[in-house]
Amino acid sequence: MRGPKFQIMNSLVINDLRATVAGNEIIRGLSLEIEPGKVHAVMGPNGSGKSTLAKVLGGHPDYEVTSGEVLMDGEDLLALEPDERARKGLFIAFQYPMEIPGVSNANFLRSAVQARLPEGETLDATDYYARLYEKMDLLDIDRKFTARSVNEGFSGGEKKRNEILQMAMLEPRYAILDETDSGLDIDALKIVAHGVNTLRGPGLGVMLITHYQRLLNYIVPDVVHVMVHGRIVRTGGRELALDLEEKGYEWIIKDELEEPVAV
Amino acid sequence: MPTDTSIDIDRDVGDFVYPESHEFDAGYGLTRDTINYIADVKDEPEWIRDFRLKALDTFLSRPLPTHWASRDLEAIHFDKIRYYLANGQRPTRSWDEVPEDVKRTFERLGIPEQERKFLAGVEAQFDSEAVYSNIKKAVGEQGVIFIGSTEGLKQHPEIFRKWFGKVIPTGDNKFSALNSAVFSGGSFIYVPPGVKVKHPLQAYFRINAENFGQFERTLIIADEGSEVMYMEGCTAPKFETATLHSAVVELVALKGAKIQYVTVQNWSANVFNLVTKRAIAHEEAEVKWIDCNIGSRLTMKYPGVVLKGRKARGEVLSIALASNGQHQDTGAKMIHAADETTSNIVSKSISVGTGRATYRGLVHVPRHLKHCKNNTECDALLINAHSRTDTYPAITVRGTGNAVQHEASVSQVSAEQIFYMQQRGLTQGQAMSLSVNGFVNDLVRQFPMEYSVELKRLIDLEMEGSVG
Repeated sequence: MRGPKFQIMNSLVINDLRATVAGNEIIRGLSLEIEPGKVHAVMGPNGSGKSTLAKVLGGHPDYEVTSGEVLMDGEDLLALEPDERARKGLFIAFQYPMEIPGVSNANFLRSAVQARLPEGETLDATDYYARLYEKMDLLDIDRKFTARSVNEGFSGGEKKRNEILQMAMLEPRYAILDETDSGLDIDALKIVAHGVNTLRGPGLGVMLITHYQRLLNYIVPDVVHVMVHGRIVRTGGRELALDLEEKGYEWIIKDELEEPVAV
Repeated sequence: MPTDTSIDIDRDVGDFVYPESHEFDAGYGLTRDTINYIADVKDEPEWIRDFRLKALDTFLSRPLPTHWASRDLEAIHFDKIRYYLANGQRPTRSWDEVPEDVKRTFERLGIPEQERKFLAGVEAQFDSEAVYSNIKKAVGEQGVIFIGSTEGLKQHPEIFRKWFGKVIPTGDNKFSALNSAVFSGGSFIYVPPGVKVKHPLQAYFRINAENFGQFERTLIIADEGSEVMYMEGCTAPKFETATLHSAVVELVALKGAKIQYVTVQNWSANVFNLVTKRAIAHEEAEVKWIDCNIGSRLTMKYPGVVLKGRKARGEVLSIALASNGQHQDTGAKMIHAADETTSNIVSKSISVGTGRATYRGLVHVPRHLKHCKNNTECDALLINAHSRTDTYPAITVRGTGNAVQHEASVSQVSAEQIFYMQQRGLTQGQAMSLSVNGFVNDLVRQFPMEYSVELKRLIDLEMEGSVG
């Protein structure tokens, strides 16, 4: 772990985190730091706990944190309600975004943007739509989309694009993209990657969760982590992902199992 | 799944009370003396007194309908209720003449403001009598009558008597008999042939007194080719004891007439709301009931349309929101009695916490009719794992030339949906409110603008309150 204490006020720091779901420990002493301006890829085989990590950070009620800490710009993230975490700048692009029947995309996003304004302030509708259309163009989304219900009847690709649209509108400080590439054909993948790359900048830290190295050809990470059995077991540069593609996860899992598993 | 189901219903709008001071009080309990007292103070013609006394006998002879309805009805103690409370029998035409307390009540409820903004006429009832009743001059000049039921039966007996008690006979059910015995207040509306009333007429029913029953009686007659929209709202302060509200509403749409009747019911959680509403639609007439039930302890209400003339059309669009401790037992009745009649029922209910929503529907198409159509959709949304919904559709279609369609669905707001919305920055209450508004959205879009805004606001309050 690289000195979290020095950058604590300006990064998302996960320290020795342990979390369970229905009594089973899934996150087993995980440490990681995401700085604004950087893209960290978290790779790992199925069942390594990648999606669980995203949900734990989001505050999903099914997951219980048993020890460790998470600090977002110095603030105890785990003490906050899920919606407070979101309003303070944490965003999760979900692997399986939920459908909300009867609620239009425009209305939903407007409520979410409104929720971030100081009390008593009302969103200007003209500005809002101007921004919304600009971001929709970026992600090649049809205008008719605003009137459709959130994710209802959307194709896999449309759902993922919608997640990135929401991210673009909500301007988070830290974004966790959970398997954003899954279920996307190559054209959709390019559009989504283009959207994310456009949003990259000094004010945004990204945790890019993926199983495949393919996505990293389009969204090039600054750091690559490998997660196995609920922990980060390797950290390296871009080349680590290429190694993984060549050798598969087996060589790392094998190495990992030879080390004593912390209880 | 949201686990906190404690409902702290925000009834800021309706939950306030001014001290009682009633000049006219029929006292507790219901006997022939009660009826005579009401008929005396209202100075009614003898035929109404006789009508009331016969109705009392019918009421007393009928058992509570607990063989099919909720046993909660047994919690009503008819001898602990006051059946008539008023400070006078004549409504004023000016808010300035309304007693200060009562005027402030309606100002807090926003009635005079709405009247200025978008209404053609207003009647405001406080306990047993209307305190204010007025119609815009231009509407009155078209020959539209909009007055209280007592004034109606006295001033326009030739119209009133012809239809009063004909759509809903006294003996229709125990509570229609009760209303027939002790009715007071409510509206009498007559729209002359061909007159289209552009803006809605509104009645507001306010209960202020404890241990009280409000029994308004409304009769609306839309003459040939006329059009009218009537809207009603209702609130009461929250008391520990049961309050009873039992209205009878009769609508008559003559040939080619259109009536829209909109209700947004937001009674406090101690009110038993047992209401009978029915319309007769003559040839090519249209009757639409828009019925929103948000409040009350128990509501039993099944607005109906008797499709009496060829090509008549009936519609019931209803939304029920049952929060903790509430039971919304609502539905619709469509009685097809002529060829080529069509009916449409869309019912949406939401159950929160221990709230229970029940849909009861009756659609009847007899054998000899041709080319009748009915469409019924009922959708239920459950917010918590122990919320309850029941659907009892009874559709009888005989003969061969008729078409019926019935669809029902039950869905649940999932914990994953709520988490998803929270992750976008909405509080749990906002997320639930958005889900519920989404669920009713396609129906609410068909409501008059002012009422869809009001309904959305009530749902927001209710859902915000539901997570504490």
